[in-house]
Amino acid sequence: MADSKIRAERPLSPHLQIYRPMLTMVLSIVHRITGAALYLGTILLAAWLISAATGRSGFEQTQWLFGSWIGRLVLLVYTWALLHHMLGGIKHLAWDMGYGFGAEAREATAKLTLAGSVGLTLVVWVVAYLVR
Amino acid sequence: MADSGRPTFETPLKRVRGLGSARSGTEHFWRQRMTAIAGIPLTIAFLVIVLATVGKSHAAVVATLSHPLVAILMMLFVVTGVVHMRIGMQVIIEDYVHEELPKIGLLALNTFFSVAVGLGCVYAILKLSFGA
Repeated sequence: MADSKIRAERPLSPHLQIYRPMLTMVLSIVHRITGAALYLGTILLAAWLISAATGRSGFEQTQWLFGSWIGRLVLLVYTWALLHHMLGGIKHLAWDMGYGFGAEAREATAKLTLAGSVGLTLVVWVVAYLVR
Repeated sequence: MADSGRPTFETPLKRVRGLGSARSGTEHFWRQRMTAIAGIPLTIAFLVIVLATVGKSHAAVVATLSHPLVAILMMLFVVTGVVHMRIGMQVIIEDYVHEELPKIGLLALNTFFSVAVGLGCVYAILKLSFGA
């Protein structure tokens, strides 16, 4: 702090906002965000299971909450986050083993995880509306 | 290396192997991959179970969740999930929180939250299975 002049002249290591956003980079950030969202989402899972174990009236309250428009919206995002994190995770496992680092493979798997997660979310929700 | 002055064939590599400087080695890295792999079929199983209970009555949901195969898959999903998410959140905390006290506090909260959610869910599943 005493030498703030010197400090100001030091080059800073580049931060995220310096780079032009690229699909692979955005998906890397999304992978972390969906992971953190799923972390908080476990509260929904615990609420569902614990209320089911508590009894009928408690469970029906949870069902009412999950069935409200805001509940459905949260569950829709939760479904997508879960599927996106799963598909992104499969991609990361392939990278761990050294596959798919080429420019074309990178772009293709990025688009595939995105389209796959949106597509699978739609499949799950269409099935949910059909069977309920 | 040969700090004691005695001649030795030990190289610095010997120190790196095993636990390394963080005293935890590659344990977290490996466990994160193992729970990721296990999480793929378990996530699919979880979604199928949820779809089988959407919009059903409390009695029907309890009947489904108390089936041994469903209960075991649910517990595997929960335990795999909380182990995976605890490591993931630890990485996020260590990336963004650099001051020692807040970091230790958040790491502790992370463990408490993960254990509480995991135990809560497992207890609920067991209660649904064994009744009372």
